[in-house]
Amino acid sequence: MELIKDGKRIDGRAPDELRPIKIEAGPLYRADGSCYLEWGGNKIMAAVYGPKEAIPRHIQDSTKAVINARYNMASFSVEDRKRPGPDRRSQEISKITAEALENVILTEMFPRAVIDVNIEVLDADAGTRCAGITAAAVALADAGIPMRDIPVACAAGKVDGVVVLDLLGDEDKKGDADLPVAIAPRSEEILLLQMDGHMTVEEFDEALELALKGCREISKLQKEALLKKYKTFEEE
Amino acid sequence: MERKIVIPGTLLGKADTGKQGRGTFREGDNIYSSRLGIVEERSGYINVIPLSGVYDPAVGDAVIGVIEEASKMSWMVDIKAPYPAMLRVEEVPWRVEFGETARFLNTGEVIVANVSSINEAKNIEISMRDKHCRKVEDGIIVEIQPSKVPRVIGKNGSMVSLLRQRTGCWIFVGQNGRVWIRGEDDKMALLVEAIKKIEKEAHTTGLTDKISKFLGNENESD
Repeated sequence: MELIKDGKRIDGRAPDELRPIKIEAGPLYRADGSCYLEWGGNKIMAAVYGPKEAIPRHIQDSTKAVINARYNMASFSVEDRKRPGPDRRSQEISKITAEALENVILTEMFPRAVIDVNIEVLDADAGTRCAGITAAAVALADAGIPMRDIPVACAAGKVDGVVVLDLLGDEDKKGDADLPVAIAPRSEEILLLQMDGHMTVEEFDEALELALKGCREISKLQKEALLKKYKTFEEE
Repeated sequence: MERKIVIPGTLLGKADTGKQGRGTFREGDNIYSSRLGIVEERSGYINVIPLSGVYDPAVGDAVIGVIEEASKMSWMVDIKAPYPAMLRVEEVPWRVEFGETARFLNTGEVIVANVSSINEAKNIEISMRDKHCRKVEDGIIVEIQPSKVPRVIGKNGSMVSLLRQRTGCWIFVGQNGRVWIRGEDDKMALLVEAIKKIEKEAHTTGLTDKISKFLGNENESD
């Protein structure tokens, strides 16, 4: 199967083009903060609770808040039914998500507390870890958690020898490499960087630059979504 | 007055033009917002008043708490903060013998108290020594988001006065987002609706007028 034809990808995008993204802040009433995100074929709901007292006590840190992220894929989110419950992959993503978010949250303001971040993948089409972090960041801001910045994530990769932005399902499976990146957009500090597949050093630099460009675009959408929630009433 | 909504990481100003207030942080010479909220400049400080989030207790706040646990010499009270607050037997208006705490205040009962101290480890203590502090024995408690409390109170208490006047109910607003109301049943039902409306539309302008209209129309229809 040809993944790139006449400079266009299988869904008609240019190599440096993102999939369409829709972000909604605060759709859940009972969560302290929430976000619904549609990113190409991905549909993700993120909900944040806290800060609240960490229970059981032995997980408490007397100097800062603990970030407890939980990434979960719904059993119906992929083509073959996903066996429900945490597996090796989702545990890894939960851990790296918590670590990425920890670096922007002012955790030292809430000693002994925990902030729960739930990321539920309802529909998956590659790039869910990036979409999850992007959604969680909006949910955290919506929950009024003090942060240095609103983190954002985006992936780049290599398909048919061409460096491309934001891989979709088939490109991820049949492509050559995948490079998810999360940054704090103000300083462009890298919060997460993973890679699988093979790229030369030059290709890596190109892919990283492309992923950063994607992050900058998505960051604008996140900010618009947050401001929109609080502006809708103002106009009435 | 222009009400500017900011999000975490928004540049608010330089350190030489204003001091770093609540809801902000400093990086080098710049002051940034750390929360989603409205910018306010007061006596040289740049503050961000949050539009969301859990209750952040401050010394002197009047709060409404629910007793979680009665121990021999103290109670643990839920004040909707990230941490439970401690109420010692010396801080209540009654003489409580050792081990008799549950006879005065038992699990699930509601009190009005003041936040008396918070230390760096965020251990919170509350006191019932002030004269407005008491046990809540009648009426109902309405829960709202703590960030919306200033709107329910209004400028110099204008909103509370309006609510009191129009419904004839007795109202006490705890800083932690619990509102205690007492009055006739149908008036309380109307008041609860009005409070929920304030909570929902807290960030809009002309809120007092809207609520006045809301309460006015309801009165005419009965």
